[in-house]
Amino acid sequence: MNLEIILHAGLATGTILLFAGIGEILCERAGILNLGVEGMMLLGAMAGFGTALSTGNPWLGLLVAMLAGGALSLAHGLVTIHFQADQVVSGLSLTFLGTGLALVLGNGLTGQTANLIPDMDIPGLAAIPFFGPAFFADHSPLVYVGYIFTPLVWYYIHKTRPGLHLRAVGEKPAAADTMGIDVYRLRYLYVFAGGCLAGLAGATISLSVSPGWYSTQTTSGQGWIAIGLVIFAQWNPWRAALGAYLFGALRRAILDLQGVPLLLGFTNPLFINSNFGFFLQMVPYLLTIIALMIGSRAAARKRLGAPAALGEPYVRGERGL
Amino acid sequence: MGLPFFITVEKRTDEIPGWLPAATSIGSVVAALIVSGVVLALIGANPFVVYQFFYKATFGSWPAFSDTIVKATPLIMVGLACAVAFKMKLWNIGAEGQFYLGAFFASLVVLVPILPPESPKWLVLTAMVVMGMIGGAIWGFIPGYLKAKFDVNEIISTLMLNYVAILWNNYWIFDRWSDAGFQMTPTFDKTAWLPRLSDYARQYKAFSGITLHLGVIFGLVAAIVVWWVLSRSRWGYEIRLIGDNPNAARYAGLNIARNIVLVMMFSGALAGLAGMAEVSGVVHRLQERISPGYGFTGIIVAWLAKLNPFAVILVSILFGALIVAGREVQPSGISQMIQGFVLFAVISSDVLLRYSIRLVRAAPVEEAQ
Repeated sequence: MNLEIILHAGLATGTILLFAGIGEILCERAGILNLGVEGMMLLGAMAGFGTALSTGNPWLGLLVAMLAGGALSLAHGLVTIHFQADQVVSGLSLTFLGTGLALVLGNGLTGQTANLIPDMDIPGLAAIPFFGPAFFADHSPLVYVGYIFTPLVWYYIHKTRPGLHLRAVGEKPAAADTMGIDVYRLRYLYVFAGGCLAGLAGATISLSVSPGWYSTQTTSGQGWIAIGLVIFAQWNPWRAALGAYLFGALRRAILDLQGVPLLLGFTNPLFINSNFGFFLQMVPYLLTIIALMIGSRAAARKRLGAPAALGEPYVRGERGL
Repeated sequence: MGLPFFITVEKRTDEIPGWLPAATSIGSVVAALIVSGVVLALIGANPFVVYQFFYKATFGSWPAFSDTIVKATPLIMVGLACAVAFKMKLWNIGAEGQFYLGAFFASLVVLVPILPPESPKWLVLTAMVVMGMIGGAIWGFIPGYLKAKFDVNEIISTLMLNYVAILWNNYWIFDRWSDAGFQMTPTFDKTAWLPRLSDYARQYKAFSGITLHLGVIFGLVAAIVVWWVLSRSRWGYEIRLIGDNPNAARYAGLNIARNIVLVMMFSGALAGLAGMAEVSGVVHRLQERISPGYGFTGIIVAWLAKLNPFAVILVSILFGALIVAGREVQPSGISQMIQGFVLFAVISSDVLLRYSIRLVRAAPVEEAQ
């Protein structure tokens, strides 16, 4: 139980949830609920790892992972934006499709080792006591990308003109349309962006944080946790980042609990019987539910929350299809 | 324009022809098989050989067909569980967890034991059915209550509870009830086994090796009950009204919060019954991975059946076949991939029900230009 190690690991694993969560925020801000994050992450993890394995270039792997996630998300885009299908059902099928495709195409990747994204220090900052080693040393570059990414996305959504258009499309698409914003095009764009980020999140796992391809175990439900995180974060990138890192740190703390013989002066039951670990493994999932309880209540109280047109297909006037 | 016709797409105002929903479902399955075949060809497999193998392994002989029905049995009940919840637009994605809890609670009867080992078979099985349904209902109650009381999104909560349920079962089979250190409980006493056709092989030669068990009757009865509740009872009317138009339901004075909890419990109980049937009819013990994702396949089954309880039975047989076939073919994701394509094709084809797409002959004047 070392706070510095827990924080370090939390930032690394939190980055996965951060990318997936922010991708989902962008998509939902445009009014499209995409429940297929788990499927897109798996496909991204598989595509990224597979590419790194066959080309030897993990950076190319990241790119392919993003494109794979993005391409899959377009299926959801087509079905929900043009065919006006139910977004919940379409998102679920996207999870099935992504998982199935990843398992079929990733057959044979298990147990292989590929070139991974190398960890690096940030010169100067890494020397700061405690914070340096936890935040700025020995991390995947993707973690540092995550640090910059959060404020950038927040700024983009809240302070720029395209960000205003994004919010308009998700809150009141008909009004946005009269202003000359192409609702359909923007929705496709942000669904695609969300898919790319989910793919990136998947590749962050398979190429950097816990490298390798372990079929569905690779993501083990983190895509779903990311969707819960978005609700908890009330569609705000800052809160999403905070939640993601906290979640990552808690996961690590839980793991570390099992290695300690004494806990606050008492014998640690987890150290004696490792099967109690099953209860500990439940904690992240239970925490997600609790976070949702808190998030949903706060959202209801402050009348904050979901973009008004979330889940609603937009049909322009008499245009039909 | 050179084309002698053009395509018009307009919103359907007339009744949907009765044959169309069934036709789109069948068309979707065919389209999904074609697309999956292309993917299989891309990874170097011969799709025709794969599909032929699928057919042989699932419908090729009586024992194979019986295997298919055995796999379809839990799907029928889980599919019904999803259909009930979806009818009210409650997205219960937690049938998998409810299945596991149902299996756990049913096993309690034998493992605690709640009933002494020398109890008559009918009593043990009845107790297991009741306990299984209670277990599933409890696991449905939690997300239902959280949604009704705290407005917690049921998609996420039911999904998270799936993981919790599997871990919960794991603790008991790895620790308390582990059979000599294996990750399973000891085999149940024969009194806790659902009767199956092969039990009667001595009287009827044809039944030897046929593993079909009584659980399939549970599924058929459940389908009739669900049909009756949804389309003949007052409660079913409330469920459909809330699903179709929650505002109208609220103005009509229906208690939506109470219905959310009740429907989730009903849905959970059906999934729990499936879990009971699986431990008592097939594996005869509680062990890891008693479900290869039945809870999730149930979602597709319900949707493909357009939430019709009797169509659920037919679709379950198709997907039971997919599971049987998928078990015997590598790579392991093939049947999951096909399921994904099927579901996508189905929801895309819904557009045909809402719009009529017609070829219209262009007017001669236009053609002359």
